[in-house]
Amino acid sequence: MSYPSPAGSAAPPVQPAAAAVPAQPGPGGPPVPPPSAAPPERRSAFAEGMDRFRRAAVTEPGRLRIIGAVLAVLVVVFGAVTAWQVTDRSSAADDVLLRSQPLSRDAAEIYRSLADANTTAASGFLAGGEEPREVRKRYEDDIDQAGTLLVRAAANSQGAAAARTKITEINRWLPQYTAAIETARANNRQGLPLGGAYLRYANGLMDEKLLPAASELYEAETAQLNDDYAAAKSWPWLALALGVVALGVLLWAQRRHYRRTNRVFNQGMVVASALTAVVLLWLAVGHTLARAGLNDSDKNGAQSLMVLNQARIESLKAHGNEGLKMVSRGAVTKGNDQDAYEVDYGASMTDLAGKDAETLDDSLMEKALALAGDDDAGRVPVEKAVDGVREWQTRHKAMLEADNAGNYDKAVHQVIGGANEKATGECFDVVNKALAQAIDHEQQQFDAAAADGRDALGGLWIGAAVLAVLGAAGALLGIGRRLSEYR
Amino acid sequence: MRLRGWGGVAAMAAATALTAALLPLAAGDGAGGAASGSAPAHGSQVLDRQSSDDECAGGRPPGEPQRSWRPSGASGPAVQRILDNEQLVVGIDQNSYQWGYRDPESGELRGFDIDLAKAIAADLGLDESDLVFRAIPTSQRVPALQDRKVDMVVRTMTINCDRLKDVEFSTAYFEAGQQVLAPKHSDIKGFDDSLNGKRVCAAEGSTAEDFIKEKLTDATVVPVANQLDCLVRVQLGQADAVITDNALAAGQAAQDPSMELKGVPLTEEYYGVAMNKNDRDLVARVNKVLADYDKSGKWDRAYEDWLKDVMPGITGPPRPEYLD
Repeated sequence: MSYPSPAGSAAPPVQPAAAAVPAQPGPGGPPVPPPSAAPPERRSAFAEGMDRFRRAAVTEPGRLRIIGAVLAVLVVVFGAVTAWQVTDRSSAADDVLLRSQPLSRDAAEIYRSLADANTTAASGFLAGGEEPREVRKRYEDDIDQAGTLLVRAAANSQGAAAARTKITEINRWLPQYTAAIETARANNRQGLPLGGAYLRYANGLMDEKLLPAASELYEAETAQLNDDYAAAKSWPWLALALGVVALGVLLWAQRRHYRRTNRVFNQGMVVASALTAVVLLWLAVGHTLARAGLNDSDKNGAQSLMVLNQARIESLKAHGNEGLKMVSRGAVTKGNDQDAYEVDYGASMTDLAGKDAETLDDSLMEKALALAGDDDAGRVPVEKAVDGVREWQTRHKAMLEADNAGNYDKAVHQVIGGANEKATGECFDVVNKALAQAIDHEQQQFDAAAADGRDALGGLWIGAAVLAVLGAAGALLGIGRRLSEYR
Repeated sequence: MRLRGWGGVAAMAAATALTAALLPLAAGDGAGGAASGSAPAHGSQVLDRQSSDDECAGGRPPGEPQRSWRPSGASGPAVQRILDNEQLVVGIDQNSYQWGYRDPESGELRGFDIDLAKAIAADLGLDESDLVFRAIPTSQRVPALQDRKVDMVVRTMTINCDRLKDVEFSTAYFEAGQQVLAPKHSDIKGFDDSLNGKRVCAAEGSTAEDFIKEKLTDATVVPVANQLDCLVRVQLGQADAVITDNALAAGQAAQDPSMELKGVPLTEEYYGVAMNKNDRDLVARVNKVLADYDKSGKWDRAYEDWLKDVMPGITGPPRPEYLD
């Protein structure tokens, strides 16, 4: 064995022959066996490995080998953990965009279809035996829509027990509901007041069984959405920490190298450091951007969607109760002899527009304005809906006056339209359409922001893997080059 | 043990007090109302709970709210006001089958109450075109009279002392009572043991509901918002029988021929025409119309047209009783 002249301050190894390549009994003759090896005691492979390691650690080439191995492992592990954690987050972001938000949207749509079917049934009923065809069609479309979405939700909610229970529940009640509606129609066509009783029964099923189940389904799907949001947004601490450690060890190794050889750069290690830094930076920036995108989609999309959906459903309930009030003709009372459906209408209206529609205090519309008002395209339809609600309340008051004075026919027309009356139904349509428009807009905002967030992590896992392997290779090459100086 | 015994006594005392407090409060109303007639009048052997010490408003003797003013054909200020307006506005129900409901084909209002309102208009010398029907909600019957939005209410409205504080009533034009309604082929015979173990439907808060809870401890109450909802429950197999005002039960039976009234009525209550408290001359005039309505055989004809099929065996209106 020949030794290169030691360069710089690096101390020459004390016992070069002893353990430079401990595994191979080199041409320089077998290493002197340690004195303690005399007793023919069998020792474990681990103990022997530790011995070799200890012996290697005292020679510079041995130390270099250890440093090289640690660097390579650190960088590779950093790359692997980064790839793993990023894949995790990006699949959670994928879930937000492609699975849980669509499921939550479907659940909202199931709720809306059911409430719309109920409202439409009441309006059609008021028109009497000759229910207008478009009303009948709207009811049927709503029921079809709910059925289709329920099948889809069942197929896509395999993991979520809460969601599945609610879907089963809705599937159990829905046929009973539609049967009651058909019986109500048949009796109504014969002019029997019993038809109205069946409609009230159907409404009870809708109010007490179907809508609560649909609302809980929506909550279950939304909880899943929030879980996916949390998973996608959680910081990849392990990867970040490993990156910092890897970079630190690389810098330390280079400093050591500089101290011992007085050479400023070891190319391999510089490349390794640069690549590690790139991955670390990419990870930090990519994740920050992803978080920003997801936060944006949550705040400007998902949350406004929740409020707008709720507002839409309250508007449906309010109009449904107006219809039922006219159908039941004051036959159902609550509390102090008040018309039960008028009381329910009032509750929905209060949720929708607050106690006073001018100020909108503590109302869904107030929240919707705050959440969706971040741009013109979002604000305009919500403002239109607010105007619609105000006009609706004015017309409702006129309808009440007519009804309480006994002008039943006029009051009916003031609800479902006809006879040149200003109908609350028109306002309901305005509100419903405006809210649908606002919901479309917020959905687009959500999709765009969530896609941005997810794409911020795009390619990162593969980039991290490739760069980490290259970085590890760089570190090994850099160490190898230094090591070759000892041969 | 002793504690438990005293607890039982206390619970019973509380229950009794509660029942006693609730019963007079159950506001009766006729057609379509959530609660059906609450004022069991004199002579009811089943339950006669109305405290009969208090005199009814308007000078009615205790327990006889159905007494009204002696008939008169004179035209006092109220009658004159109607004649000047050339319009009689009557509050009716359009949701009560056979009493006041809208015929699906013609869109016209028909029923026992509607016929009576037409007879009153005719007696006042008004054309049918001068007779305006207002379909007022149950909760608006008294306010509509007080605010003079309607001249009178003919809407299966039970005469009771509570209402007499706010409005005037004519003499009784129909006697009704709580009765059991069940499918024809059912083994239910009436308000008796045959209801044991059955699910019995009644309007929430009605006298019928109290009857079931008090007298039929082996039966299950199925409470609903409106008496007609009971027919839905029976048709869907969620209830076995209905207890409600028999005049309304008759409307249910008319809509479902497989149902029939069982046994005898449990209470007596009287329907009257309600008017504004200040229109005493109009009350006297309506009482004259009612007397004529009976004498001329028109009452019998209306009974045959609307009610006889499902409520057979009634020979005429209750005998009118007057205040002086």
